[in-house]
Amino acid sequence: MESCYHCGDSCGEHALAHRSRYFCCNGCKTVYDILHENNLSYYYDLDKSPGTTPKDFKGRFDYLDNPEIKAKLLDFDEQATQIASFTIPAIHCSSCIWVLENLSKLRPAIKSTQVNFPEKRVRITYNAEEISLKEVVELLCMLGYEPVISLEDFNKKERKKDRSLIYKLGIAGFAFGNIMFLSFPEYFEVEEFWLDRYKPVFRALMLIFSIPVVVYSARHYFISAFKSLRSRMLNIDVPITLGILVLFLRSCYEVITNTGTGFFDSLAGLVFFLLLGKFFQQKTYAYLSFERDYKSYFPIAVTRMETEGTQRESQIPVYEIKPQDRILIRNGELIPVDGILIKGDGLIDYSFVTGEAEPVSKKTGDTVFAGGKQQGGILELSVTKAVEQSYLTQLWSNEVFQKERKNELDSLTTKISKHFTLGVLGIALASSLFWWFVDPSKILHVFTAVLIVACPCALALSAPFTLGNLLRITGKHKFYLKDAGVLEQLAAIDTVVFDKTGTLTSASKEAIRYSGESLTEHEESLLTSTLRASNHPLSRSLYSMFQDYRIKVLDDFEEEPGLGITGTLKKQEIRVGSYAFVNALPPERQQLADNHTSVHIATQTGYKGCYTFQSTYRSALKSVFRELSKNAELVILSGDNDSEQSKLNRLVDVPVAMHFNQKPEDKLKFIKSLQQQGKKVMMIGDGLNDSGALAQSDVGIAISENVNVFSPACDGILDASRFEQLPAFMKLARTGKRVIKWSFVLSLLYNVVGLALAVSGNLKPVYAAILMPLSSISIVAFTTVCTYYFGSSIKKPEEVE
Amino acid sequence: MSIIYMLLAISVVVALVFFAAFIFSVRKGQYDDTYTPSVRMLFEDELVKKTGSSAEKNQQSITNHSDRKSK
Repeated sequence: MESCYHCGDSCGEHALAHRSRYFCCNGCKTVYDILHENNLSYYYDLDKSPGTTPKDFKGRFDYLDNPEIKAKLLDFDEQATQIASFTIPAIHCSSCIWVLENLSKLRPAIKSTQVNFPEKRVRITYNAEEISLKEVVELLCMLGYEPVISLEDFNKKERKKDRSLIYKLGIAGFAFGNIMFLSFPEYFEVEEFWLDRYKPVFRALMLIFSIPVVVYSARHYFISAFKSLRSRMLNIDVPITLGILVLFLRSCYEVITNTGTGFFDSLAGLVFFLLLGKFFQQKTYAYLSFERDYKSYFPIAVTRMETEGTQRESQIPVYEIKPQDRILIRNGELIPVDGILIKGDGLIDYSFVTGEAEPVSKKTGDTVFAGGKQQGGILELSVTKAVEQSYLTQLWSNEVFQKERKNELDSLTTKISKHFTLGVLGIALASSLFWWFVDPSKILHVFTAVLIVACPCALALSAPFTLGNLLRITGKHKFYLKDAGVLEQLAAIDTVVFDKTGTLTSASKEAIRYSGESLTEHEESLLTSTLRASNHPLSRSLYSMFQDYRIKVLDDFEEEPGLGITGTLKKQEIRVGSYAFVNALPPERQQLADNHTSVHIATQTGYKGCYTFQSTYRSALKSVFRELSKNAELVILSGDNDSEQSKLNRLVDVPVAMHFNQKPEDKLKFIKSLQQQGKKVMMIGDGLNDSGALAQSDVGIAISENVNVFSPACDGILDASRFEQLPAFMKLARTGKRVIKWSFVLSLLYNVVGLALAVSGNLKPVYAAILMPLSSISIVAFTTVCTYYFGSSIKKPEEVE
Repeated sequence: MSIIYMLLAISVVVALVFFAAFIFSVRKGQYDDTYTPSVRMLFEDELVKKTGSSAEKNQQSITNHSDRKSK
């Protein structure tokens, strides 16, 4: 079997040979031709089969001519220079970068393009006098790089990147290096006349360098410590702030009174290492979004029928739809508002909202809810509610989506820092008391030395580095977490709640079973040819099963949206579709058909049989449930009816609570009630219908067949192919917690050594300058080695299978 | 030995120059995308063809294709 030179898909029986290459379809061939004729074939040299099959886009981007929408999408608009940026999920390799950055060779009106690969975004500068935004987008589509333009782009805020951490880190590192450099003479106590004479100059320079570190780089530690004290808490930032302040004030005092060199090097180093930990923990997946809501999926514009005067169509922004407007929904378009069907046969796929795979058919006069995707002919709707008031969007007004989660309150570091702070203050006071009797002149020296040496740098680094490493490890295994806090939550989970459709079942592998009279070879060939002509999802899945049969050109083909298809060849007719359409179903089979999605077949000679589609459960279901049940209670919440309950019971051999017919709000309430019983709940779901539950749960994981395409707001995204490793990930999270505890012990050991020096009044700046980086670096090394050792226990899928 | 003031001043100025360069590069967005430039630099340099009409020709062939496609 040949594979397509452009996209790499298998070409099947109908490979197109063209210029000694094979293509799977005309779309791929066209892209090849365009690139080839414009001397851009280097595209195919960079990576093998780098392309994506272009989709039909005719008329779909007409709304880009609407000036209001255009204004919202453009980043910059000034006479002959326009800048627009788009998200293009198809960007996946170096060829993509290359061809997109060479768009100007195809159309000189495009001045330049710049790809941001990690974010899968492209920034296009063009001249609107020569090429319109619509043409730019259509050019992208023609090459198979269709940008995603959603309602989210309509009210996008200025994408402002927060670079303050890089600045802070840079300043702290800069000061750290320079101060260390300047304190070299002090480290070695060189008794050299000139160096001694210029000591005040060196010290003054150190002081100046340390000011921006304290004032700017360490600023957020002060703010956080202040906030936590105000809410009567002692988080880790309190002892850090105390340490920084004491370091700075004592050093200033020593330098100004010319009694010592101070601890400026330790101060800058401390802040630098702390910020480094923060930076490391900030592992982000730029192209994944964990904050998505309906806006990411809704279209930006819709076709409105002008009722006054002539029958004219116009493209208007979705937010301008008012009740009583008449809108047009084409095949494959998402319905953005609630409305009443006026014209056309609706076959609406609500999988996006409910997780239910089977499309619902609607007749004229029926109410249609927002969020469905029309499959079939054109619909005309009369709008009943504006976008914000629609049923689906109302879901988002639930308070769950507004509140910000406070992970920090019960994190391990916060818990230990309370005891730590009190302990350090106790030791400081006790040793001051001791020196009050022995040598009162040393009290201040000892008191400050204790606070300096006890500054919990290593302690504060333990969690960020452990969790940061774990984030990278899970990310490598296609389990993408929003932030490090999620990992700590994951370790505490004791209840796991699953959605059924799309989560436990896999969307791609549907088992198709045939029952009825067997078809002759001729009939099968006719059936395949008929199915080939239809775009209905059921036809597509059936067709993919039949690919081996020879395709013939039909004499006649008819598709009745929502009902079925009819194909005719040499006076032989075949009808494929619903029971009502085929109209010949024996009663005993009707029962069977009711429970499952089925496609019925009939020829002129009568009813033949039906294909039933059954959802298949993920193969690893049994072992995953068995593993998880050791540590957690398991629950299944499904929006479906209970027809699958017995099958599930057979599949799973551990106790699982099952609840069926759960609406999105029910799922949310169910999670809430579990939490009120004191449970830590993890929700695993896939559709928008789970989004409330995902937001409410302690850890919400979205499972996704293609991580680039779809996932509701959540704490983490799990690639569906790694479902079987879920127990291993949870185990890793628990191990991570143990590693943090061990490194706490290690860093406390360093503190004991330092405290011994401080209490006995022997802390010299050079000891502090050695001890502080040593403890930090060894903690980083320890956590890194540990996490990667434990992380290696997660196998790659090849080894699992 | 007062040359040491001069030397210190120079070293601080040099340090500040590099620091300013760092701030400038962050502000220009060089740290926003640290991956794409590493790929971009590996692309082969291409031969620049100096045919004045090539732009027009390109446009022609694209429109041809889109026509063919929409049919």
